[in-house]
Amino acid sequence: MSQYPALTSGRRPVGVVSFAQYDNVRREDARNEVEMLMPVVTEVFGNIGITKDDVGFICSGSTDYLIGGPFSFVAALDAVGVWPPRAESHVEMDGAWALYEAWVLLQEGEIDAALVYCFGRSSMGDLSEIMAVQLDPYYLAPLWPDPTSLAALQAQALIDAGKATEADFAAVASRSRRSALDNPKAQVAYDRSAEELLAEDYEVAPLRRHALPPLTDGCAAVVLAAGDKAYEWCERPAFITGIDHRIETHSVGARDLTVSPSTRTAGEKAGVGTKKVDVAELHAPYAHQELILAEALGLGDGVSVNPSGGALAANPMMSAGLIRIGESARRIWSGQADRAVAHATSGPCLQQNLVCVLEGV
Amino acid sequence: MSEREPVTMMDAATRLDYEFTAGVAMSKNLHGYEQGKFIGQRCPKCKKVYVPSRGSCPTDGLPTDEIVELPNTGTVTTYCVVNVPFAGQSIEIPYICGQILLDGANLSFMGLLQEIPIDEVRMGLRVEAVWVPPEELGPTLASVKYFRPNGEPDADYETYKEYL
Ligand SMILES: [Zn+2]
Repeated sequence: MSQYPALTSGRRPVGVVSFAQYDNVRREDARNEVEMLMPVVTEVFGNIGITKDDVGFICSGSTDYLIGGPFSFVAALDAVGVWPPRAESHVEMDGAWALYEAWVLLQEGEIDAALVYCFGRSSMGDLSEIMAVQLDPYYLAPLWPDPTSLAALQAQALIDAGKATEADFAAVASRSRRSALDNPKAQVAYDRSAEELLAEDYEVAPLRRHALPPLTDGCAAVVLAAGDKAYEWCERPAFITGIDHRIETHSVGARDLTVSPSTRTAGEKAGVGTKKVDVAELHAPYAHQELILAEALGLGDGVSVNPSGGALAANPMMSAGLIRIGESARRIWSGQADRAVAHATSGPCLQQNLVCVLEGV
Repeated sequence: MSEREPVTMMDAATRLDYEFTAGVAMSKNLHGYEQGKFIGQRCPKCKKVYVPSRGSCPTDGLPTDEIVELPNTGTVTTYCVVNVPFAGQSIEIPYICGQILLDGANLSFMGLLQEIPIDEVRMGLRVEAVWVPPEELGPTLASVKYFRPNGEPDADYETYKEYL
């Protein structure tokens, strides 16, 4: 008789059983999206010895704005191959939200397994301009604020509120990039002290280069399996015991940027605080955002935060959130962790947040 | 201040520029045009030949690694007579856009049809590619000037009915 953890969200145990990601790079010149995804999809199936015929649903996350071509997500399906036809869906969001949709469908009980994949490239256009287009079209977008400038306003608000200092940002970056040295998929990894990092010039004050995410081309994929199927494919599945996502107003000026109420609510609904957390993989593209997220989730000192290096190690658009879930799951499969919290964000200054609690038995 | 007219409309011009990455497979196809050749790729499983290939077989999801050079001849599977002028039009109307299925290919593409009266164009028409002069060949489908009838009898409907 298979053992399952108690569930806070849903009624059917669904586990993350496989994960693969591309070698995160600054610029993938040779391959198109299909050619990037194909090896990742092959790996995510190959890890557990299955094929596309073993999953009943495919869900992807991406945005056409990064590529500048309509329906790029339809073309990307060529990487999976969809004959015979099967149910498929797409979200114009990070793959973490595609995983959420797949999890909901798996709760219905008609299918037992799903493929989730996502892709995004920062190299095809000017990311700082592309990201401005997501802002409210009347007051903010016409100003073309780049994401680093908006993040800098948030960082300055933290400083003004007495909640953090520039040294705290440097400490986050120093630890994350050092952890990233153990992550073969990391794009930026180094062993430099916070003091050393503080000597850098500002990119946009109060943010220095170390507090910024790299520009990344990448993609990722996860396989979800329900019930016994999870144990059939994985010795110790990372079961999703809680998952929730919340959003705040699109008006950046109307928010208190020093806190993340949407993360707090999602964390509560996902049951983060009900038991000890071993590992947290937080999607904090800017160093100071990790501090806001850790507070919103109530993570204590005993939690290993971003052992992969997080989004500071590699920040493939539309994939960095799903990668947090994959990195968390990996640590449960290996027994390094029994309970992990994965987080994904979207929108300016942590506007929208998804929290996923994973547990092994 | 209260006497000002309310704002009912605003312009917010948006322009984003991109660099396109053709990819490994498509690059082979594009470099083929530089040499006046149609380069396709074959799926290892279903054996279909895509010209161009985007790197995978959309049916099977497998890399189409085998390079296939296709001949200069093909069949018009279907066509459209363009009578409507539109912005950026580079050819004098009326003209004919044909879906060309090259011999040995399993994917048709759009090509210009010339050297035939418009009312004689038909499904199954056998055609050949006319290339631009060698010094004008480049990594683009524009290296094919147009397609024209090659004088062979029409293709049997059965040979192209899967590609309409
Ligand atoms: Zn095939």
